[in-house]
Amino acid sequence: MGKILAVGAKEMRQILRDRRTLLILLFIPAFFLLLYGYALSFDIRNVRLAVQDRDRSTASRELVSSFVNSGYFALVGYEDSDAALARLVDEGKVRAILSIPAGLERDLALKRPVTVQVVIDGDNANTAATVSGYARLLIAEFGAVQMKTLLLAAGSPPVVIAEPRIWYNPQLRSALFLVPGLIAYISMITAVVSTALSVVREKERGTMEQVRMAPVGPVSYILGKTLPYLAISFTSAVLIVLAAMLLFDLPMRGSWLLLLFSIGLFLVGAQAQGLLISTIADTQQVAFQIALLSSMLPTMILSGFIFPISSMPAVVQAITHIVPARYFLVALRAIVLKGADITAFWQDLVALAIFATVAMGLASLRLRKEWA
Amino acid sequence: MGVEPGATGFRAAVRRVLHLMRKEVLELKQDPRLFSVVIIAPIMQLTVLGYAATTDVKDVPIAIVDADRSTASRDLVQRFASSANFKIVGLPGSTSDIDRYLDHGEAWMAISIPAGFGQAVGNGRSVTLQIAADGTDSNSTTVAMGYAQSLVAGYSQDLAAAARPGQPPVALVTPEIRVWFNARLESRDFMIPGIVALLLLVVTTNLSAMAIVREKEVGTLEQLSVTPLARWELITGKMLPYAVIGIIDVVLVLVVAINWFEVPMRGSIPLLFGMCLIYLMSTLGLGLFVSTISRTQQQAMMTSIFFFLMPMIYLSGFVFPIENMPSWIQPLTYLIPLRYFLVIVRGIFLKGIGLEVLWPQAVALFAWGAVVLTLATLRSSKRLG
Repeated sequence: MGKILAVGAKEMRQILRDRRTLLILLFIPAFFLLLYGYALSFDIRNVRLAVQDRDRSTASRELVSSFVNSGYFALVGYEDSDAALARLVDEGKVRAILSIPAGLERDLALKRPVTVQVVIDGDNANTAATVSGYARLLIAEFGAVQMKTLLLAAGSPPVVIAEPRIWYNPQLRSALFLVPGLIAYISMITAVVSTALSVVREKERGTMEQVRMAPVGPVSYILGKTLPYLAISFTSAVLIVLAAMLLFDLPMRGSWLLLLFSIGLFLVGAQAQGLLISTIADTQQVAFQIALLSSMLPTMILSGFIFPISSMPAVVQAITHIVPARYFLVALRAIVLKGADITAFWQDLVALAIFATVAMGLASLRLRKEWA
Repeated sequence: MGVEPGATGFRAAVRRVLHLMRKEVLELKQDPRLFSVVIIAPIMQLTVLGYAATTDVKDVPIAIVDADRSTASRDLVQRFASSANFKIVGLPGSTSDIDRYLDHGEAWMAISIPAGFGQAVGNGRSVTLQIAADGTDSNSTTVAMGYAQSLVAGYSQDLAAAARPGQPPVALVTPEIRVWFNARLESRDFMIPGIVALLLLVVTTNLSAMAIVREKEVGTLEQLSVTPLARWELITGKMLPYAVIGIIDVVLVLVVAINWFEVPMRGSIPLLFGMCLIYLMSTLGLGLFVSTISRTQQQAMMTSIFFFLMPMIYLSGFVFPIENMPSWIQPLTYLIPLRYFLVIVRGIFLKGIGLEVLWPQAVALFAWGAVVLTLATLRSSKRLG
């Protein structure tokens, strides 16, 4: 234990000498959350909509108002000619067109199927997919309401109506989804990056020989290297969580103790990953490269931060199991958003612990081999 | 070295640059892992990330509580089971078990079919199905709700038709959604050019970010400063070896994007390649600039990640549309070269447009690269002088 502390103290002195790095590690994460928390949003509101109403009936007006009242669409105006509509889209004045066929109301009354057309500017595929999801939902809801009134009026055929209720995030604010992701992302990068150069730097400068001669085993050396950075990353992670609660109304529905424990476990794993990289690489350049490639994009794309894991192909879903942020995100969202207890995510905590142990173990083994 | 001290003239300069390049390549060879990392890793990443980065919502995990267990309710369950949009992960016995599925995140949606459902449907009474959805992932939930509403509406219609054979079918409003400019609406086609741009940024910026600061840390920059090497020669000689690696990466990732993922390539490949070169100039220049303003390699790494790479990734419009950002953040995005390059790659790939439309972005990208390289050159002089 004394040896671990000695290595830790030496590392701490080195960190304190480089003020820029220390300040970046401590405060930049919270600052970034501030910037990105405001900047990033999936909430697409007020999509500019043009309406081609060929029916001009009560039913068609109801459909249009259901679009406008949803808040997803903002009505730019009515337009009849196809050419004029196409021009509006080309010029970027509208991003969606709702085209209601003549005879909508009549067909509904006659119980004939009707098709309502929606045209969406697919310039940005992500936005277009979301907008088409909104449109589909609104039209399906409109259809269900129409069917209910008609059928009830007609007498006795059965109707099944879906009544949705949204849990945890009833206003469907994407910030509540993205902010925990950002917390995980920023902490992951900070933690991996902080330790990735720590061992290889000594190799490159030649001070490793001295450490090797000192009566310190690989395991205590590795642990000593992590401790100071763990303290820094932990402080900065807690700062981000607090900032998220103050600024973005991130709720806290679960236990603080569990939250802090999960953060700690996640950070140890992330730093172990950094250390492992540091023991594998021979130059800082390579360590830097591996650290970034293994943390920056995978944490963003494979963790469930932005893209839902259940929609990925099976092989890729299997690969996401080696991304620690995946487990942390489940735990984080379960604690803060759902107020779930440990039974909901204990497997994820176990996975994080396994990840940390394996990475630490591999790093020590690697070092032992090198020192032998 | 065959160059006399202080020798002037273009040829002498070229020779000095070549010498520096040779030294740089020798240094890169010190750690042979570097090559495998910068060549193989981007391809592997593109292959995996290309599949993962999709905003399409499918296989929505759902739990269904069938409190009725009638033919009608089993029919409804069967419809969810056979739909490609849903995947049934559990059939809990009672409504109170729903909490567990949603809390644990095992299901995104839970549907409860009430007792007496089959009877009500048989007698022609209306029934309400409760659907509880996990709103955490607001976007995917909206899409999934649309799927569920459509499915239930279709079921409802079939029921009515079956109840009154011979009668006209019950009206059903179906949405027909057409997407212009990207008819396949494959979010993959949209994301992969973005991932290509990101990978190039991450790999090349990091390579060059260490280039000069390493010499500072080891102390050999002093030696370089007493050679007759001019500032621009130092920057050029440092940059070119990395540019070669960058070009290899460009070719490889483009081959994977076009041949493996079959992203439609509607525009000109030579134009795309040329634009990639301009982009490389700005990413490598950025790395060199970071290198000149840092004292240690660790500082260079922190500076490039936190002050350049992360803002670029998030504020470039890669995933999050710039139009959605608050108006005070939008002007910041003009400072980001990735923003311009994304418009260029997506435009060439998906729309097949050329320089006649993309020239403002191309000029902005080139200007960015020129400015950052000049800054790096000027900065390096202070340190050398």
